[in-house]
Amino acid sequence: MADTRHDPSSLPGHGGGDGDDTWTLAGRTLRSRLIVGTGKYRDAAQTKACLERSGAEIVTVALRRVDLSAKDNLLSWIDRDRYLLLPNTAGCYTADEAVRTLRLARELGIADLVKLEVIGDPTTLLPDNEQTLLAAKILLDEGFAVLPYVSDDPIVCRKLQEMGCAAVMPLAAPIGSGLGIRNPHNIRFIVEQATVPVIVDAGVGTASDAAVAMELGIDGVLMNTAIARAREPERMAEAMRLAVIAGRQAFLAGRMPMQAHANASSPTVGLIE
Amino acid sequence: MVRGYVPHRMLHIVVNGEERAVAEGTTVAGLLADLGLARQHVAVEANREIVPRAEHDARRLADGDHLEIVTFVGGG
Repeated sequence: MADTRHDPSSLPGHGGGDGDDTWTLAGRTLRSRLIVGTGKYRDAAQTKACLERSGAEIVTVALRRVDLSAKDNLLSWIDRDRYLLLPNTAGCYTADEAVRTLRLARELGIADLVKLEVIGDPTTLLPDNEQTLLAAKILLDEGFAVLPYVSDDPIVCRKLQEMGCAAVMPLAAPIGSGLGIRNPHNIRFIVEQATVPVIVDAGVGTASDAAVAMELGIDGVLMNTAIARAREPERMAEAMRLAVIAGRQAFLAGRMPMQAHANASSPTVGLIE
Repeated sequence: MVRGYVPHRMLHIVVNGEERAVAEGTTVAGLLADLGLARQHVAVEANREIVPRAEHDARRLADGDHLEIVTFVGGG
């Protein structure tokens, strides 16, 4: 494929272990390619344990009305020196709602990085790409580093990167569905044209999905439910950490060509008679 | 009534969708303190305009104010 940016041999860190395989997002150098959500966990302790085992450096959070009966505020226990908080706009159905949400998030002392998600339908939770583009324009003008969650649509992704978004985050399957990478071809198209990092956001169900996503040459994976709804979330967090590294390493290594027929791995000469 | 005691006029405001009565003169910072909220953990909007944290001490609430007080929660 004509793909220079993602030619593994041209990447820094090629040939090394995962330790020197860093990437850059909105000017930040990152080691982990796994971004995790903080929703749906049993409690703060389980959330913390899963963040720890995932190895993530960036974690998403949602913005909601404060619960006056709750004493356990996320901001009181999360280690903000260790994790960069990435506020989302989950639940927003218009550009205006999303922009309003992220302006409030900025008041809470976040960095410039925000996850823009404008939903178009409550059943599928698929993105409203038109509203997402509108919101992205406003947020970029206000100095945010915008990470938009969008359909796996190469055209919309191209528009968002040309607009100045810090990354594009195509879905692999509907949010919380765990259906895996439904359209690897589109993700490849998005990777081939990318001038900004590509992060697959939503749809990963288990470790192999994360590895498959990374093998497509994307820069990172964002997930929440796949870890939080596993029977043992802490163990799945670890599995995802390893799967993302494995998938990335396999991409860098370059897979063998597929062929229709068998090809013996042992010498075909020198057999005893 | 105690001599010289001037009862506070009460203001009726809406906080996160619920009506509340607060004494006239209450500031945003005062309201947060009354609600037991750490100001570094919340962001405040009054009538859809953000009230920056630096203005919480000075900003007095007005009758009919609609406030949104928000924070971060777990999410994906």
